[in-house]
Amino acid sequence: MKKLFVSMAVVAMGWMMASCAGNNKNGANEETVELSGAGATFPLPFYNMSFEGFATQTGNTVSYGGIGSGGGVRNLKDGIVDFAGSDAFLSDEEMKDMQPVVHIPTCMGAVVMAYNLPEVKALNLSGEVIADIFAGNIKKWNDPKIVALNAGTQMPDKDIIPAYRSDGSGTTFVFTDYLTKVSQNWKDKYGSGKNVDFPVGLAAKGNPGVAGVIAQTPYSIGYIGSEYAFAQNIPYASVQNARGEMVKPSTESISAAASGEMPQDTRCSITNADAAGAYPISCFTWLIIYKEQNYAGRTEQEAKVTLDLLQYMLSDSIQKTTTTVHYAPLPEKAVKQSLENLKAVTFDGKNVIQ
Amino acid sequence: MQDKIFKALLIVSAIVIPVIGGGIIYSLTLDASGAFEHFGFWNFICSDDWVTTAGKEKYGALPFITGTMLTTGLALLICIPFSLPVALFTGEYFRGKKIATVLATVTDLLAGIPSIIYGLWGFYALRPIFMFLNLSPQGSGILTAAFVLAIMIVPYAASLSSEFIKMVPADLKEAAYGLGATRAEVIRRVIFPTAGSGIFSAYILAIGRALGETMTVTMLIGNTNQMPETLRTTGNTMASIIANQFGEADGLKLSSLIAIGLILFLITAIINLIGKIMIRRAQHV
Repeated sequence: MKKLFVSMAVVAMGWMMASCAGNNKNGANEETVELSGAGATFPLPFYNMSFEGFATQTGNTVSYGGIGSGGGVRNLKDGIVDFAGSDAFLSDEEMKDMQPVVHIPTCMGAVVMAYNLPEVKALNLSGEVIADIFAGNIKKWNDPKIVALNAGTQMPDKDIIPAYRSDGSGTTFVFTDYLTKVSQNWKDKYGSGKNVDFPVGLAAKGNPGVAGVIAQTPYSIGYIGSEYAFAQNIPYASVQNARGEMVKPSTESISAAASGEMPQDTRCSITNADAAGAYPISCFTWLIIYKEQNYAGRTEQEAKVTLDLLQYMLSDSIQKTTTTVHYAPLPEKAVKQSLENLKAVTFDGKNVIQ
Repeated sequence: MQDKIFKALLIVSAIVIPVIGGGIIYSLTLDASGAFEHFGFWNFICSDDWVTTAGKEKYGALPFITGTMLTTGLALLICIPFSLPVALFTGEYFRGKKIATVLATVTDLLAGIPSIIYGLWGFYALRPIFMFLNLSPQGSGILTAAFVLAIMIVPYAASLSSEFIKMVPADLKEAAYGLGATRAEVIRRVIFPTAGSGIFSAYILAIGRALGETMTVTMLIGNTNQMPETLRTTGNTMASIIANQFGEADGLKLSSLIAIGLILFLITAIINLIGKIMIRRAQHV
């Protein structure tokens, strides 16, 4: 009996060591590497699709964990991933206690105002009105401020039920970032962040949770990630942009939001963008890498493949596929700027690509 | 030789569970200490602040303790008129009859339904009814959550109560009948006093189940972090706030969530302990 245990243990150990040795051999192989990243869940469907394409094209596999933007940046700080995904760019303060990083935008999305009004076919809103609804200052659907934006539509005399996210989310961040830009009252009282203390309404977990509440609750309104709303055909409102145009969220109007001026490092919020035809609650999502790629024992080959991957994500053919998974492509200017920024990335002080 | 190995294995596996239990308490306390030190233990429990804005962070557990107490208390109240008749039906009136077995089995089946199913049913079937009856303006809230919780705990309360009702000695009941007591009088004067502490313990254990229920509550309570003003308004329980906000939490917020977890752990442990003690007493009668 005892002998059997011992021999089984020996066999198991031997098998484990053999498989470890096998892994090492793969790792040392110059031709393919395994990249790992973690972060934002918002662009997950797009990343899954393009990382798979990258793997079939180059043989290099990429694994990405959707653990939230904050978690991704933390992993990058700890040096356990090759890149982090984030819906929010790093602030100057956050960048202070890190080695220099490069932000590469990969695609665009938006936050749409989904609503459930049985009698109303199309709804127009302005930033100020949205802020007033979520601050509890506008309580009825037939409030004069809403009626003024929807001439010709009979607005019901019903209480508004606002719905928001109960979990921390980049969607909440983009939405409240917009509200702080268009409403001084919102900025002073509630501010922006992944978790905001909404004074009225009810909350649900995740985009599906909020969408479910809205679908099931007449006279409710809430904010949902565009990638989810577009895929599910949820009715959503047009929102007045900085130029006074009523814009319905679409891949074109989202891309238009990034057509304005852009800083060289691409770190900018494009909510309430001053551009023609721009949907005002639009956002970028970024992949973040270290400018100096030699850290945590990474090889030059890994650095090279990381940059290959980013170039691949910015390429025309991949940017075109964003719309198939309900995101919007980057405008040409952002792609050009990002490709330029990639050239500054080094390994041991030497440029990785020319 | 084999006997020794068997004994050693037995000891090891018996020790593992208490060690894991101790480890859970230890790590919860360790991670929660940050919040308790920062806010002070009593201050944390008695404060109704939940401000997540960076720089102004302030956390307190009172809205969630209140939410848990309200949903559990209300669930218990709603559950009694459903579970006690079932217990009397299966334990006394139709004891041993086929219909009693069927009813007991169906009730027990309710206990096996996953909580997400209750949540879905509450969300899609019950909420519209609550809105229609104007019991709650947005359908979600303390009342809706408590109602579904009540149905979830019925099988726990009913089947255990029924066991204790069956345990009432037949000669006691027969003596009462012999004195000319009606069935209602026997139930009121004999069965309830004799099986009382057992029935009580059944409800305590049912409370223990309702306290920690997460999924159903998260789907139905509305998940707002303010103090609930009335039963019609939305709220949050200790379990649901953790489920909602754990994902992106770090630092002080994470510590505060773990502290809420520790409080919930302690409350549930105490309630269950009371239940166990009551059962032991009831069995010795």
